[in-house]
Amino acid sequence: MQAAKPWSPPASAGAPTQTAKTDWTKALPVIGPVVLFIIWDLVVRLGFIKPILLPAPLDALGTLITGLAGGPLLGDFLITVWRTVQAFLIAALVGMPLGIVLGSTEKAYRSVEFLIDFFRSTPSSALIPLFLMIFGVSDINKVAIAAFGALLIVIFNSAYGVINARKQRVMAAKVMGATRWQVFRDVLVWESLQPSFVGLRSAVSMALVIVIVAEMFIGADSGLGNRIINSQQVMNVKDMYASILAAGALGYALNVLFLLVEKRIVHWSGR
Amino acid sequence: MSTVLNAPVFVEAPEPAFQPGPAGTHITIRGLTKYFAGWPLYEDFDLDIPKHKIVSVFGPNGCGKSTLINMIAGLVPIDKGQILFDGKSLQDTKIGYVFQNYREAMFPWMRTIDNIAYPLKLQGKSKAEVERRMAELVASFDVKFDLNRYPYELSGGQQQTASIMRALAPNPEVLFLDEPFSALDFEMTLFIREKLQEVFMQTRTTMVLVSHDLEEAVYLADQVLLLTKRPTKVAEILPYDDPRPRTTVTLSEPSFVKAKKLSLEIFQREVRR
Repeated sequence: MQAAKPWSPPASAGAPTQTAKTDWTKALPVIGPVVLFIIWDLVVRLGFIKPILLPAPLDALGTLITGLAGGPLLGDFLITVWRTVQAFLIAALVGMPLGIVLGSTEKAYRSVEFLIDFFRSTPSSALIPLFLMIFGVSDINKVAIAAFGALLIVIFNSAYGVINARKQRVMAAKVMGATRWQVFRDVLVWESLQPSFVGLRSAVSMALVIVIVAEMFIGADSGLGNRIINSQQVMNVKDMYASILAAGALGYALNVLFLLVEKRIVHWSGR
Repeated sequence: MSTVLNAPVFVEAPEPAFQPGPAGTHITIRGLTKYFAGWPLYEDFDLDIPKHKIVSVFGPNGCGKSTLINMIAGLVPIDKGQILFDGKSLQDTKIGYVFQNYREAMFPWMRTIDNIAYPLKLQGKSKAEVERRMAELVASFDVKFDLNRYPYELSGGQQQTASIMRALAPNPEVLFLDEPFSALDFEMTLFIREKLQEVFMQTRTTMVLVSHDLEEAVYLADQVLLLTKRPTKVAEILPYDDPRPRTTVTLSEPSFVKAKKLSLEIFQREVRR
């Protein structure tokens, strides 16, 4: 492959010397989805899968667009967004400070490390019945369990961010006469930002997953999860696929949003 | 069992009296002891570091050159002994430290100018004072690059220049440099070496420099401190008095060549021992 033409990294796609190829490299990310939609369409058209199980992609997309443009799908979408945001905010606002403080006193972290690792490894959905007992079948319940799952990820990443802070930066601050508090404020907190963002990004994905699951199975009457399971039960596959696509788009958008925010705030990352 | 058999015998030996160094001594090190993994690295180590001089530390691999200055600078705890700066402890002394790895010594979340001003802000200096000192530093280092950039946007040499400026910002009594040039290319090394010499001639700040390049060690030094293999002792302290500013011409002066040759001989003797 390399013998034919030198490989050019995506970053240099706009290089003036390659104007003829630019259109191609820019189109690369679109190829995958387009191919998927073509296969999907063919599978339905040629009758490999019954339309009652799988709608044509254009139908699903149409339902998605009309649904999000003010249809009932929009309401469920926004409710899921709101629950995810609530759960995420709780996890971030509690988890980041807690993780940073725990990380800066390593003995404190070691004493709770097992608990954090254990519950971090426990699938949060397994705890849904437990949370049902505590919070009942309520809206708070869905937010609470999602916040719990996300919280552990945030704590873990922030704490390790502080624990693995570059020792030399800490030493540099100390040798300049910084007190313990100044080292914490001016070095440790900043050093932990990048790993914290990794944690926040995983946490928001986790929150979305749990919110959707909770909406499916904890007597919800709203939200994307609820919509997906309801459409499935009445075999309204167009609406089901539209809701699934909406959930996927939401997850993807949240991830991209966090990458953008991270790049702005942790501008030194990777340099 | 009310009596203790074979009780250890203690002799009430008085602590040896503190021996001050000769006149002009800045840092006195007495009875310094440091163990690494149970083995002595330094044992009962004494050293006087003169004031307003540059001392280059040179020695075999693993003899603890960097550990020595890290112990003096308080970055590595010592097991026993006493280190005084003009009779004061480290807490009462302003020091500066330049790390080999500038990338991990600067704070990438601050602009370069704020990195340099950071030690002044730690001391609670007013904004006007900080600005005055910054202008002074920029002038004396003849800075040609944009200090409003972040450190990672600068070249290696610029970053190391900035970290030397940061170390010098609070007008330290002693400046420690741990192989400050070893991560830089040759051109930058020459440039910063000259800057360092200029600053030394202006401020006469006591400097302790760890180097792994013998020519550089001799070139910058008033004294070359040659160390032995571990357990580390002073092999020799060689004075080198050629006048400053030293230039590339100095490198071929007979006095320089002689000092370098002598250092090399002592070094080789110690490595083979």
